[in-house]
Amino acid sequence: MSFLLDDFLIRATLAGIGVALAAAPLGCFVVWRRMAYFGDATAHAAILGVALALAFNLSIFIGVLTVSILMATLVTRLSGRGFAMDTLLGVMAHASLAIGLVAVSFLSGVRVDLMAFLFGDILAVGVSDLAVIWGGAAAVIALISWRWDALLIATMSPELARAGGLDPEREQLVLSVTLAIVVAVALKVVGVILITALLIIPAAAARPLARTPEAMALIAALIASLAAIGGLQMSLWADTPAGPSIVTVAFCIFIASLIAASWRRSRR
Amino acid sequence: MSPLFQTKDLSVRLDGQIVLAHVALSIEPGEIVTIVGPNGSGKSTLLRTIIGAISPESGTLNVRPGLKIGYVPQKLHIDPTLPVTVRRFLSLPVKVASDEANRVLALAGADGLSGKQMSDLSGGQLQRVLLARALLGKPELLILDEATQGLDQRGSAAFYQLIADIRDDVGCAVLMVSHELHVVMASSDRVVCLNGHICCEGHPAHVASAPEYRALFGTGTGGALALYRHEHDHNHDHPNETAE
Repeated sequence: MSFLLDDFLIRATLAGIGVALAAAPLGCFVVWRRMAYFGDATAHAAILGVALALAFNLSIFIGVLTVSILMATLVTRLSGRGFAMDTLLGVMAHASLAIGLVAVSFLSGVRVDLMAFLFGDILAVGVSDLAVIWGGAAAVIALISWRWDALLIATMSPELARAGGLDPEREQLVLSVTLAIVVAVALKVVGVILITALLIIPAAAARPLARTPEAMALIAALIASLAAIGGLQMSLWADTPAGPSIVTVAFCIFIASLIAASWRRSRR
Repeated sequence: MSPLFQTKDLSVRLDGQIVLAHVALSIEPGEIVTIVGPNGSGKSTLLRTIIGAISPESGTLNVRPGLKIGYVPQKLHIDPTLPVTVRRFLSLPVKVASDEANRVLALAGADGLSGKQMSDLSGGQLQRVLLARALLGKPELLILDEATQGLDQRGSAAFYQLIADIRDDVGCAVLMVSHELHVVMASSDRVVCLNGHICCEGHPAHVASAPEYRALFGTGTGGALALYRHEHDHNHDHPNETAE
């Protein structure tokens, strides 16, 4: 084993854990507020961000972050206007992916590794990527812990939040911004298609094991980190694509958690 | 004593449409006032204007400075994927001491629910927990927006009795919205019949027999109201002009 090989694996593992730690607590809110499609719409818009970044020679992180924030706020605005939310989000999620792919195809001069953006390329994570991932993760965790109680009550009841002197729309904006950051940092790790999976699967797996919201977020973070480490190992040993392997491991933990929960229920 | 709040000529517009017009309403300390009216009559809008969630189009709303309001929403749906105990729910977003939490839970008849998960509560238990939450910090005015939705008639009657008992205990005024006049009659001091404007108001028995009220509800709610039909053998002044 060369020193270099160790290094790329360590970088990949650190990248996976960084994304897992940011995605898990946010993923809890995605599950609690039933916004899975909201995550999809924002994540899929990232491809459009990639296309714009390449076309205007910007950093991909900035391009993705900008387009994701725009998409997240657009979807939030539209959701208050009486459209059927489910349909609207489905339309936005898939249209943004399609338009993004069309936009990328116009970039004839640039050689774009589309697969890397769709499914991630965690093994190619460099030191600067790592800095972006951990910086983004720290920002997401800081924002969510700062607004934690306010986000919780706004999630349970916007009316009660307002009666308590909070602005539920501002809390929603916090979620939109953090979601956009998670999308931008997770792009390199799992790709746009599977970002939502990384948000909701660890949270869903943590639910039967938790009795408080904080416990659920922490357990979800633990599960997501285990999935990142396990998925990378699986990718290394079985030569499978890394992003999908991480999600596959997360899914296995989810199934195990469900079985454990129903076993515990039946013994009660 | 000055009223807790007073509206004068209050009009509210929502999405371009006038929902409330020229509403004059005030509440004295300790008074229980029930607003009745058909769906879309602006009942919830009026409550939400009073708590400051909607700003009026015209007219005035004078709220006594520093007035503490406890608000019980129409319904609360907490997704079963969100694990949170009743005790924690009371401490969001402002932490409350255990003594205070136990005090309000006991007042609302929700003792023993403290450690339960919110998503495991029955409809009646949830209403009591929401009521307990509204009682935090000893409000002078309790506002309830159709708080008995989803409860059966006996459950609602018990809930309104509880409200009346709490008022007697704590001395707070209560402003609530209901479509079940026959159920709230016993516990209300005053009933306001709303349909975009105030149609009539007064003592519950007076409103139940007022022609304006019966024009709104006479056929709609059928049997339940027939119990409270009285013959009109005398005339009332026009209710809008009778100042209470």
